[in-house]
Amino acid sequence: MAIAGKKNTPAAGEEMAVTTRVDAVFDWAVNWSRKSSIWPVTFGLACCAIEMMATASARFDISRFGQEVFRSSPRQSDLMIVAGRVSKKMAPVLRRIYDQMPEPKWVIAMGDCASSGGVFNNYAILQGVDLIVPVDVYVPGCPPRPEELIYGIMKLQEKIDSQHGTFRPLTESAVNAQRRLEGE
Amino acid sequence: MSDSAPAAADTPAESPEPPPEHPLVVALREGVTGLSGVTVTESRGMTLAHIPDAGRIVDVCRFLKTDGDWEFVMLIDIVAVDHRDSEPRFGLTYTLHSISKNQRIFLKIRVPGGAAVVPTMTTLWSGANWMEREVFDMFGVRFAGHPDLRKILTPDDLEGHPLRKDFPLGNVDVWPEGADTNVAR
Amino acid sequence: MTDIELRPSRDLDAETLTINMGPQHPSTHGVLRLVLELDGETVVNCQPVVGYLHTGIEKELEYKTFQQGMVLTDRMDYTAASCNNLAYALAVEKLIGIQIPPRGQMVRVMIAEMSRLTGHMIWVGTHALDLGAMTVFLYSMQDRERFMDLIEMASGHRLTPTYIRVGGLSDDLPDGWLENAREVVALLPGMIDQYEGLLTNNAIWMSRTQGIGTITAAEALDLGLTGPSLRGSGVAYDVRKALPYCGYENFDFKIPVGETGDVFDRYLVRVAEMRQSASILKQALDNLPDGPYDCQDAKYIRPPKIETMLRMEQLIHHFLLVTEGFKAPRGEAYVATEGAKGELGFYVVGDGSNKPYRAHMRSPSFINLQALPKMCVGRMVADVVACIGSLDIVLGEVDR
Repeated sequence: MAIAGKKNTPAAGEEMAVTTRVDAVFDWAVNWSRKSSIWPVTFGLACCAIEMMATASARFDISRFGQEVFRSSPRQSDLMIVAGRVSKKMAPVLRRIYDQMPEPKWVIAMGDCASSGGVFNNYAILQGVDLIVPVDVYVPGCPPRPEELIYGIMKLQEKIDSQHGTFRPLTESAVNAQRRLEGE
Repeated sequence: MSDSAPAAADTPAESPEPPPEHPLVVALREGVTGLSGVTVTESRGMTLAHIPDAGRIVDVCRFLKTDGDWEFVMLIDIVAVDHRDSEPRFGLTYTLHSISKNQRIFLKIRVPGGAAVVPTMTTLWSGANWMEREVFDMFGVRFAGHPDLRKILTPDDLEGHPLRKDFPLGNVDVWPEGADTNVAR
Repeated sequence: MTDIELRPSRDLDAETLTINMGPQHPSTHGVLRLVLELDGETVVNCQPVVGYLHTGIEKELEYKTFQQGMVLTDRMDYTAASCNNLAYALAVEKLIGIQIPPRGQMVRVMIAEMSRLTGHMIWVGTHALDLGAMTVFLYSMQDRERFMDLIEMASGHRLTPTYIRVGGLSDDLPDGWLENAREVVALLPGMIDQYEGLLTNNAIWMSRTQGIGTITAAEALDLGLTGPSLRGSGVAYDVRKALPYCGYENFDFKIPVGETGDVFDRYLVRVAEMRQSASILKQALDNLPDGPYDCQDAKYIRPPKIETMLRMEQLIHHFLLVTEGFKAPRGEAYVATEGAKGELGFYVVGDGSNKPYRAHMRSPSFINLQALPKMCVGRMVADVVACIGSLDIVLGEVDR
């Protein structure tokens, strides 16, 4: 537990800085479990989907990072790897699938097309999937090599690891925002 | 591109005797009643047959498909080209292939813009269904008698026909006017 | 999602259920959407809805020079990208009228056959995966990596190599490539034996595929099917034999054909085709001639790198070729090639400028997909997945 506390304490540089706060321990446990078993939704669109398949198969073996459980249903998954170009016809579908995923959820824009439109700058292609869903990690490449995707996923794991506040009471501003939403 | 350019290059204008008629021209004149003015040119190893009357294209294909001397049983593709500046505006190329004779032929017709109507080829090949839908979607060429003439590739809310020359590419300006272009910083 | 006009049910008393399969579905091989009308578990009506990956590549090609457009063709049929490169390069070369020397042609054949093999390996893996045989996927993807390595070694990229360019190749084969290639090609029959050992005589596989999705030869010709989907129905039409290109007439290979035209026959044809590809690769490796790999016409290909460093004119020429590109004459050219999915042709129209006036791809997947309703109607929902897999569609090629 000492390690756990160290991870989430601002004074991480000090060797013996150990926190005893319970929420930090919970944060560590939750983050550890979330980052070690990310379940991606099979959302193959174009060329990058083939490299995503290669990442999942024997040679690159994404299951070393606990992420081989590609779910076909968005309801069971917490990561959407947008693998390939998103056409304007597909954009509403993609957004609906994102909305169907339960929180917490993350998005990796795999490849140039998903990140920025890539080589296709025309009437049919959405210029980056970040126009319709929030993106956590951008993986460049056309298509990225499987190693690059794995690196992107490890970056996402770092991001998940640095999250905190899962079990904290809501901050004052968040409570106010919720009140405004409820019309109080 | 004009259709006469390759023809002029391949048939010299000042030949001492008129070149023998292409067998396809003879066959079409005899096989399809009331069809005239068919010209056949050989260009880059391709046999291009120009059919002046677009309304007869189905009759021509029916003859070529069923006639024992040709047996063009496969419709390979239908390609449309937008010749923006010339009339009739759209050029359609039907590619036929004969397996038994191992021969390939390209039938070319021209149809005007606007309410262009070409007889559908689905009566002869059901595979023409999607090819014609694609041409309709991309160029707005209408096919008379098509069972299901709807958009196929573009989203339903897209106005216009993307492969027409007057349809803009629709690209987004990556360096908008006044943007900070100093990438070295 | 868009509204689809559906034909009304035949019998208003019967309760049919309309379900939507895709565009996000693990077994539709991409973003294919099917609107299925079901009576119980029997498919009454099936309507494919495509266009969810429409990229506007044909429009984009009109705005790119010939050499720039090469890059876009990779992204059509991305499982066998070099076959697309080859088709576009041949069409442009026919338009501008240049010939590639024997070595360049032979290397092109090898790269195209390797592309076809990688495409077929993805197909055998995913097709089996859809029908519940997961092991094949692991083996085939692992074997595919051997060929990806070879393609990467030559071109510098795994999936979208753009190794075949207008005028030849991007570069000559690197040192040691031939030895590696010989080694991998020698392993190939064993790889194919492994897939066949897992599937061909497997009772579950046979009951899932035999007699399913039958297409007769007449129906196949009527629908315009090409490639293994046509040959599965017993029509021996292969563009490599019928209209040879790149020196395929000098190779000794057979056209495997099926008998009944069901899913199992199309499977057998593709597996037999992989064996023929192995034979072609072996012949090409044994008979690879020396000599130049590109057309040696300075109008179309870049000058050697060392020359650009020594001579000002060559540097300017290099610069012009890269920025402006070469000009093509007026006219049109169509070249048909045998892609991994069927007849893959490019129709290129030039107008005297450095860009194509119109470039059209005859995409085999797009036209083959029309056969799906004919295969599925009257069968169970589970057979739909088998039929999609046996057509071997790639949505990048369907929608372009």
